[in-house]
Amino acid sequence: MNNSLKLTYLGTAALSGLLFGAGLYVSQMVDPLKVLRFLDFGAIPSGGWDPSLAFVMVPAVIVMFAAVRLGRRRSAPLFDRHFSTPAFDRVDARLVAGAALFGIGWGMSGICPGPAIALIAFLPQNLWIFLVALAAGSWIGSRFAPQVQLADAAASPVAAE
Amino acid sequence: MDTFTPVSALAGGALIGLASAVLWLGIGRIAGISGIFGQLLPPAAATAAWRAVFLVALVLGALAASFVFPGFGVGGPNGRPATLVSAPAWTAIPTPVWLAIAGLLTGLGTRIANGCTSGHGICGLARLSLRSLVAVVVFFGVAVLTVAVTGVV
Repeated sequence: MNNSLKLTYLGTAALSGLLFGAGLYVSQMVDPLKVLRFLDFGAIPSGGWDPSLAFVMVPAVIVMFAAVRLGRRRSAPLFDRHFSTPAFDRVDARLVAGAALFGIGWGMSGICPGPAIALIAFLPQNLWIFLVALAAGSWIGSRFAPQVQLADAAASPVAAE
Repeated sequence: MDTFTPVSALAGGALIGLASAVLWLGIGRIAGISGIFGQLLPPAAATAAWRAVFLVALVLGALAASFVFPGFGVGGPNGRPATLVSAPAWTAIPTPVWLAIAGLLTGLGTRIANGCTSGHGICGLARLSLRSLVAVVVFFGVAVLTVAVTGVV
């Protein structure tokens, strides 16, 4: 049977999703207005700036950094045959253009993809408009995505997120 | 207004890091929400099952935490209702249109760049990926500029 359909595999995905959603709520990154108060550097002189987002990123990166180090000592994760390390590591114009487009969308709304989906728990007005647009944008973007994306469809080790 | 909240930010960040660690060490996958979401869309990948499970759990995790730890800010029985931004008045753009444009750009950009705040921002930086570092600098920089130009806050 395909590993990705086993209960241990899906259970791991469920546990990770639960922790991620809880983290977004506890850190209040589900609140787009709070995210925007971080991005509003113009408020630094007046003392109205909210640096909380940086305080979310630091422990998240540190914990994941430890996990990556731990993973290097193993040939495979617990419930699959290989780590799906992103194979595409080139810094190119597409990366910069995509990140810039995302930056505009994020700055306009204060919503990145994780909070966009977690917010379904709290259903703010107009959320569905954002989510439908997010899906449409992602689908259009997949026309321009690097070829390695397609490898994932065959559950190959060279998947990219 | 509860502006700076370092303790809940650190605690929430640690939870998000733990979530990413569980996914990586458990099934060897990057917890990048834009990728997990984007590859659910047609043509659906063979890996659609775990992606769907993860995203449903993401919603339930936020909902459950708002009941178990009520009153952090937005959401849950003791929280303020969650609200999205309104379009800045000077643009004369209706708010739903503003949000649709923002969502479209977010979906398009994260897909073209292969990642967002989680995939590049957390997992990529933790993997010491230069590609992710460039993405993070660009999307944070452009987002800060966008807020400054539009005055959306």
